[in-house]
Amino acid sequence: MPEKILLNSSDIERALVRIAHEIVEHNKGAKSIAFVGIKTRGVPLAQRLARIIHNMEQVDIPVGSLDITLYRDDVTSLGFKHVVQQTYLPFDITNKQVILVDDVFYTGRSIRAALDALMDLGRPQTIQLAVLIDRGHRELPIRADFVGKNIPTAHNEEIKVFLNEVDAVDKVAVRRLDGENSEPK
Amino acid sequence: MERIVSPNEPKLSTAGQESLPPLSIGLWRHRNVLDLDDFLSDEIALVFEIADGMVEVLARDVKKVPTLRGRTIAIMFYEPSTRTRASFELAAKYLGADTVSLDSAKSSVAKGESLIDSLRTLQALEVNTIIIRHPCSGAPYIAAQHLQTSVINAGDGCHAHPSQGLLDLYTIKRKFGDLKGRKVVIIGDIMHSRVARSNIWGTRSTGLHVVLCAPKTFIPQGMPEMLEKCGLDHVSIEHNLDHALEGADVVMPLRLQKERQQSGFISSIREYVRLYQVNGERLKKAGPDVIVMHPGPMNEGVEISHDVAYCNSSLIEQQVTNGVAIRMALLYLVSGVRN
Repeated sequence: MPEKILLNSSDIERALVRIAHEIVEHNKGAKSIAFVGIKTRGVPLAQRLARIIHNMEQVDIPVGSLDITLYRDDVTSLGFKHVVQQTYLPFDITNKQVILVDDVFYTGRSIRAALDALMDLGRPQTIQLAVLIDRGHRELPIRADFVGKNIPTAHNEEIKVFLNEVDAVDKVAVRRLDGENSEPK
Repeated sequence: MERIVSPNEPKLSTAGQESLPPLSIGLWRHRNVLDLDDFLSDEIALVFEIADGMVEVLARDVKKVPTLRGRTIAIMFYEPSTRTRASFELAAKYLGADTVSLDSAKSSVAKGESLIDSLRTLQALEVNTIIIRHPCSGAPYIAAQHLQTSVINAGDGCHAHPSQGLLDLYTIKRKFGDLKGRKVVIIGDIMHSRVARSNIWGTRSTGLHVVLCAPKTFIPQGMPEMLEKCGLDHVSIEHNLDHALEGADVVMPLRLQKERQQSGFISSIREYVRLYQVNGERLKKAGPDVIVMHPGPMNEGVEISHDVAYCNSSLIEQQVTNGVAIRMALLYLVSGVRN
């Protein structure tokens, strides 16, 4: 199946602006907020949200990046395939309102790993979750606080977020994985 | 106006910029890490990329991640060691694994148990990885043949010390970035040095030029022919230290293994010091950014003078820290390989 575009560049931008407003409203300002993007595509999303809130509130918001590979629950299972990358948090998350940012919310397992990773790095006052796409199929009792778009999907579909900073294009696409040609996520 | 505090890390590739294809974990084929002679340069790059992530973990207040929780790593040392052993043990513990440490004097080896029986016992105890140091060259290979468990060589006789070779190269790489045309001088008892051997294999196809500098008795017979035969044309041999040090970027004196000097390889330690000690005066001949490394333990005042060991160019302590990161990366990688 050819891929189908669900969101284009301006759709993504509008969703992020709305999320940014919700974050500021929910936290009654942006003073003690910090963004932590989950690698890879959560990081540019976190940077964009910080930029939008900066333009709204004239507040500089710290942005960090989190690699969750060391916290995954499938590392010791056979044939894992993740390269460990660097976590970069240039600020102390203790007593901050930490907003975790990821591109797609699916089973909730990577968020579970991210929560464990954050807890090892400090004691945030709260941790909230912002995602661009919620595609359903949660396997854990975790849900997002801020969602760009809910897109109900089937298990054999793949949602792929493309971002300028990483992929040289802004779009969200869905495609069906057919048997042998499928690339497991 | 952009005044966002944002990560300025180099890793995140941005559109329009040239970036190398991402390293894939699928490159990794090693169930065992026995020597660096069968490592591809991409595999070494993968180890280093993962080590970068581990360096970040080591810089945290809480240096522990749950990655290898539930796995058991046995550390068997048939030879004395401080740093390698502590380094492997901490690496395993920081990754959340459980460790069991055995040394020959306190185990059944003292009662006459053979190497293979000891290893089989560990395997029967469901150990996932065995780290072994042994005075006999090749012992870890025998271990690997008899076991389904992963085996990591932590030094075997005069043969190989792959994790040391990797951490040395990693230390050089972190200092210089581009290695092309850089000159590494390894000085001393090449004959008995597994560190030198693993460094020779590890530096292959990195662009580094390696000079082995030692009295003739410390260079194994037939070494030039062996280097040629193995295609190790980045290595050359020089007997005069002052010549070897000219323009050097990395200076690595090896420990003079006093326990092996009864059989007349050198006429006296005093003469060795006069001709081959790396001291402040000699180091002036090296390049402007020269770094000093040493695999440890040091005989200060023999192969290296006190002032050089603790000078600003010395990365000897950095090597120890990097060693933990490299060993964490190796343990992580072998844990993912199907037995």
